[in-house]
Amino acid sequence: MTAAPQPRTDVPAIQVRALHKYFGKNEVLKGIDFNVDQAEVVCVIGPSGSGKSTLLRCVNRLEEPTSGEILVEGIDICDPEVDLDGVRSRIGMVFQQFNLFPHLNVMKNLTLAQRTVKGRSKDEAVEIARRNLDKVGLAGKESAYPAHLSGGQQQRVAIARALSMDPDMMLFDECTSALDPELVGDVLAVMKDLASEGMTMMVVTHEMGFAREVGNKVVFMDGGVVVEEGLPDAVLGEPQHERTKAFLSKVL
Amino acid sequence: MKRTTKQRLVRLALYALFVVLLVALYFAADWPTIRQNFWNPGGVALSGGNWGDMITIGVKNTLIYTAIAFGGGLLVGLVAALMRLSPVAPYRWLATIYVEFFRGLPVLVVLLFMAFGIPIAFQWTPPGGIVGAGLIGLVIVAGAYMAETIRAGIQAVPKGQTEAARSLGMGAGSTTVRVVLPQAIRIVVPPLTNEFVLLLKDTSLLFIIGVQFDERELTTVARDLTTTGPSAGTSTSLIQAALLYLVITIPLTQLVAWLERRQRRASR
Repeated sequence: MTAAPQPRTDVPAIQVRALHKYFGKNEVLKGIDFNVDQAEVVCVIGPSGSGKSTLLRCVNRLEEPTSGEILVEGIDICDPEVDLDGVRSRIGMVFQQFNLFPHLNVMKNLTLAQRTVKGRSKDEAVEIARRNLDKVGLAGKESAYPAHLSGGQQQRVAIARALSMDPDMMLFDECTSALDPELVGDVLAVMKDLASEGMTMMVVTHEMGFAREVGNKVVFMDGGVVVEEGLPDAVLGEPQHERTKAFLSKVL
Repeated sequence: MKRTTKQRLVRLALYALFVVLLVALYFAADWPTIRQNFWNPGGVALSGGNWGDMITIGVKNTLIYTAIAFGGGLLVGLVAALMRLSPVAPYRWLATIYVEFFRGLPVLVVLLFMAFGIPIAFQWTPPGGIVGAGLIGLVIVAGAYMAETIRAGIQAVPKGQTEAARSLGMGAGSTTVRVVLPQAIRIVVPPLTNEFVLLLKDTSLLFIIGVQFDERELTTVARDLTTTGPSAGTSTSLIQAALLYLVITIPLTQLVAWLERRQRRASR
């Protein structure tokens, strides 16, 4: 048996080739090709049902691709031999519904995977958790339970939980869509800080302002295909395709 | 007549009817006979009499048998529930056959089969004798019911919990043990407490396989005291057993109701 392939830093963080995904007979992704470079922030926009969340969930194989290739740091994640848990531990993911563990307090939410996956000592895990809680502006909430936090606080804890694994990249799946409008700003601010620190990010979002300000690239998806991609100002400011124009006229 | 006045009169009439019925019942009933048959004062003194055997043998064994059957059933049920949710198809089939088979049979048939059918066929002496055979039967049946309860509890944990754990790199095993099961347990505590109450009442079926002397559970003790002892020839001991069962089961069903109320509040 050959040694497991090591993550590489000289290739794009995420490479997607000819990705198809069916749910039963319904083709949700119809041949997707695109890259996310290291330290790049890519925002994926598009109407609901366009397949953007499915695409994101294929990147850490929460959804099983039907065909095509996905390379994360040069590692083919669909290879049956791949150490999927190892790959996943290097990809942080933030969900629309937060998905904090409700039976654990904030500190335990942040240390559980550090201890079980990374095998860190309790002291080390706690220290890293504190640092990340501080980073998302929630120092002092260690012993609170998720149910006692606001949606915005829960989502920031979820980001801190993902960051505590020291991921090489972060996936955000409509992470502000379930929040009250006045709480969206706090979460976006944390994401903006992350981007400025050079984190590789793939962000499925409806926040056009964020995409324009923070994104290095915007990808517009519709009907399971990438319709248009490019610099944020280009795609959002001077869209070339009719479908992009129609979508933007509705949301802007 | 005003509508509210009419409503008030109707309600008053209903109360009056109730009181009349109660009074009629009181005078119609043959109290000496009832008392003689159902609550024979000769044998109900708190010291000695029936209570001694009923509590030190009957209630004690009923609780011990229930605990054994519940503990065993929980273990079997958990394994069967995990098998029913397994990605490996033969495990699912096996667990489904087990669950459907034993939920579809009367408990009594299983008990008779375990206590007499199998021992006679295979010259097998069950561990713990006839009581052991009966308890194995109860464990098998209880496990089938609890498997369904536990499976439903596990499936009630949102899928996002598993996804969050897996996306952090946690394996299938530690996700189940550290994330899904702790939440499922909270969900299944009320229905499992109900299961406990049902099981406690089902231990009375051990009567039919003939448990004896110090191994008797509460119903068998009460049945024996209808023919022997100070209240022989009356139903007094059955009434006493009924009271003892209620003393145990009613607090438990109230506990379930309280747990469910608390859960509803917490999920809001």
